[in-house]
Amino acid sequence: QENTDPHRTAFLLRKQWTLYSVTPLYKFYNSNLRDYARLLSAFIAAEKQKGLAVEVGVELDLKVAVSSIPDLKGSDRDEAAILVQLSSRSRASPKNSEEKLVWSGCFCCVFGDHLSENVSDDFTYLPLFLVNGAESYTSIVGMWFQKTFDCCFRRLAINPLNLSWMAAMWTGCKVDKTTSAVELVFSVPCLPYPLDISYAIHPEDAKALWDTVQKTPGEITQEEVDVFMDCLYSHFHRHFKIRLSATKLVKVSTAVASAHSDGIIKFLQSKYLTGVLMLLTELAISQIQ
Amino acid sequence: HLTTSLPLPSERDHLRPRIDLIVFMIDIKSKYSFKNVEASLAHLDASFFLGKVCFLVTGVGRVNYCSIEMNAIWKLGEVYCSPVLFCELELEGLRIATAQRLLRMLQICAGHIPGVSALSFGTLMRNSADD
Repeated sequence: QENTDPHRTAFLLRKQWTLYSVTPLYKFYNSNLRDYARLLSAFIAAEKQKGLAVEVGVELDLKVAVSSIPDLKGSDRDEAAILVQLSSRSRASPKNSEEKLVWSGCFCCVFGDHLSENVSDDFTYLPLFLVNGAESYTSIVGMWFQKTFDCCFRRLAINPLNLSWMAAMWTGCKVDKTTSAVELVFSVPCLPYPLDISYAIHPEDAKALWDTVQKTPGEITQEEVDVFMDCLYSHFHRHFKIRLSATKLVKVSTAVASAHSDGIIKFLQSKYLTGVLMLLTELAISQIQ
Repeated sequence: HLTTSLPLPSERDHLRPRIDLIVFMIDIKSKYSFKNVEASLAHLDASFFLGKVCFLVTGVGRVNYCSIEMNAIWKLGEVYCSPVLFCELELEGLRIATAQRLLRMLQICAGHIPGVSALSFGTLMRNSADD
């Protein structure tokens, strides 16, 4: 499936990433990455001067690195991913202290063929943006990219339909050591107080159920996802007399990955990284259009 | 008259006035409401599907809360030859407009508008849905 060097993409695993959709970047060139890092660094310093300081107290030197990750893509038509990293070094003892990575942002496109159909050379198509780190840095970096490349960032929300799809898809994935349960979290509407219901299923039971539902290996239909979810809902109703189908599915956790409707993802298996990124790229593209 | 599911209790059959229009409400945030409507449709006499049934889908303003697939809703409208209306109850303007629309449909179904019959809903509504 992949020629990806797992080491180069390992940084994505087991971290919580917040998702955004990004419109095409205008006049962004891979040859200028060093310049972009310099300009972004200057921009951050300027914003700090203006009083939009991100760290209060200890003076930190922020170093900006912008690099290309050619392995992080789906097909050859995809653009190589771009990784932006902010590292800090305490100004107090610059020689002794190590650099600490404080913020990462990754632009990528995995099998985003539909977007690049009307290709214009001036635009770079990297519709999915993953962020790990403080929101204050995210907004500064986002601001710079928007100003410089005339693009637009939007939080990527994941609706219950797509979360159900993920639950079915990821439950069906073969995982070596299934220690983590399949967990679904539902938010109950129309109550004066917030109430979440968490439904944990033994991963082998969930996979057994999915295997009876899925007709063609490697293919998933909406109908199969519906049957799978309905079985889980009926089972729950039988025991607790609560209709989960009347609530909102907000989080799905499996051994492969976990996803929250607010647009937060955690990749847990490098084997399925590309598959999950492909799905997220598709969601990002449909949010842009 | 408002009910959560069909069939209506038979005890009050003799007291019930003639029913001119049935609006099945589906909340796009609740898969259960869709299933409930599907189950209730089975209890309805076939003669109602000649223009006296319509589907009202609510909650369409919030795409992020969508728990029902749009294709399933379109299919429902097609299978039962009835128009599908969309509404966001929380927006007053849209709510009022939808209510006026339903009222107009009801007038036609009850035969209060001369020259227009409920049978024409099928063709009229389908054209606007295809846009």
